[in-house]
Amino acid sequence: MSKGEPRPETPKHRNTETLRPMPKDFLQDVQDQYDVIVIGSGLAGLTTANVLARQGRSVLLLEQHYKLGGMATWFKRPGGHIFDISLHGFPYGMIKSCRRYWSREIADSIVPLRNIRFDNPMFSLTTEFHRDDFTRLLIERFQVEPQAVQKFFDAARHMNFYDDQQTTTRELFDRFFPGREDVIRLLMEPITYANGSTLEDPAISYGIVFSNFMSKGVFTFQGGTDKLIGLMQKELVASGVEVRIHCDVTKIDCRGGKVRGVEVNGRSIRTGVVVSNANLHATLFHLVGPDYFDRKFVEEARAVRLNNSSTQVYMALKPGETIDESTGDLLFSSTAPRFQTDLLLSRDITSRTYSFYYPRIRPEGRQRYLIVSSTNANFEDWAHLPQDQYETSKKDLVTTTLDALEKYVPNVRSRLAYVEAATPRTFQHYTRHVQGASFGTKFEGLAVSRALPEQLPGLYHAGSVGIIMSGWLGAMNYGVIVANEVDSHLLTESSGR
Amino acid sequence: MTNAEIKKEILDILQAIAPDEDLTNLKDEVSFRDQIELDSMDFLDIVMELRKRHRIQIPEDDYIQLDSMQSTVAYLEPLMKDVVA
Repeated sequence: MSKGEPRPETPKHRNTETLRPMPKDFLQDVQDQYDVIVIGSGLAGLTTANVLARQGRSVLLLEQHYKLGGMATWFKRPGGHIFDISLHGFPYGMIKSCRRYWSREIADSIVPLRNIRFDNPMFSLTTEFHRDDFTRLLIERFQVEPQAVQKFFDAARHMNFYDDQQTTTRELFDRFFPGREDVIRLLMEPITYANGSTLEDPAISYGIVFSNFMSKGVFTFQGGTDKLIGLMQKELVASGVEVRIHCDVTKIDCRGGKVRGVEVNGRSIRTGVVVSNANLHATLFHLVGPDYFDRKFVEEARAVRLNNSSTQVYMALKPGETIDESTGDLLFSSTAPRFQTDLLLSRDITSRTYSFYYPRIRPEGRQRYLIVSSTNANFEDWAHLPQDQYETSKKDLVTTTLDALEKYVPNVRSRLAYVEAATPRTFQHYTRHVQGASFGTKFEGLAVSRALPEQLPGLYHAGSVGIIMSGWLGAMNYGVIVANEVDSHLLTESSGR
Repeated sequence: MTNAEIKKEILDILQAIAPDEDLTNLKDEVSFRDQIELDSMDFLDIVMELRKRHRIQIPEDDYIQLDSMQSTVAYLEPLMKDVVA
């Protein structure tokens, strides 16, 4: 771990029977064989494991990190501060998916966010971010023809995965709102932050995700990511999943052209099915190896573009300091004159999304106000900086973020108890995502992910791919889709014998 | 299972998937989607539940057969005739 990265919490596992520290066997009592081994415990991996165990399959879930959740994670700092990394907001569909694939208790903790705020040189407004409110804004404030608004919403809502994939999101906008860069900004900016998609990506990847949000607005998990993952962990155990942390899978054994098992912490465990929730490239080229796939497929897989990474700045207010909720739950701020994908990724940051966490989001914790500022970022801009320049750049990121935040939270510097920054390198370090990618892969990654079992029987991938399957809801639902395929495969295998 | 038993089983699964929906007035010949809120994930759940309960395989290409109660029962009839209720 490089100096200055967030420090992991002290591991709690300790041998209590002797005073001498002993190397712990994280695979103690794990069987030699399972129906399914899931590698990685992001929301897709967790959900696949839970659904398959409920279908009656024996499931081993292996996570390299010391806690479950993948990018759905949090960290604690002295003073009672708990920072969420990716909780920002998700669509209403999450309630149904949590109730169905997890538990009533998890679903019942999902609450709406009411104040979604925009502030940029083109417009400043606050919205509840659903179709009715957006329709009102577009007609009254942006003076768009009501018919064009309705047609746009209907077009977006009727998009599905099998539609035309050539039309880009920009072409979609130009069809309904020609020349209206302000409207495009309102419609696009939040989705870029929700799933990493851009104006150059296929329109269907925008339409599906945008419509998900527009159905009822933006929601969050009351109690924070730590509560969510804790409840999921409890549920996994109840479903019978064998869950192991600190277990780094180094190889998927595919001798003879089918999945035979995994190598983890120096041990081989047999299985006929592996579901990898690791990064798609890492799965294909590191865990399996290109030799097991046909050449054309390897070319397609290599051509899959990863999504960008992020920087974040985490800020905690001193006890007693408050922020008025009208400041917003999510604030999309930008000083750029117009919305442009390359500007979003630039080191010269003009766009920031602030997530404000008010005490009501963590009613059981201490009464604290927290802010997380996020920007999209290129891994390459951070990857090769010498250590001193890297530290300087991180400090600069904090300084410029606090300068920008001053407009919304006056005197912010004197009111802060804690501040810390994360870069693409930080994300790569903790999640092992190739290039610290925040939203998995671009659109073409979905087809490669789906085609894996045709290439190598028993090998599946679930995780953020193809934009549609990104974000919390997308990853979770993709986990279910893959679980269904695995379950079907296992039934076919057993009846064939 | 008789057709009446298959229908009862489907209703039971639907009730678990969509607990907030009132299924008492569901019309057999009308598409589920025109009567209750079901999305593609819900149909996946029906398929998974049938596989779990009765080891029935429904290929992805056949999901469209689960459009209405009538079409679902007709599709499942040969697959479930040997299932003991």
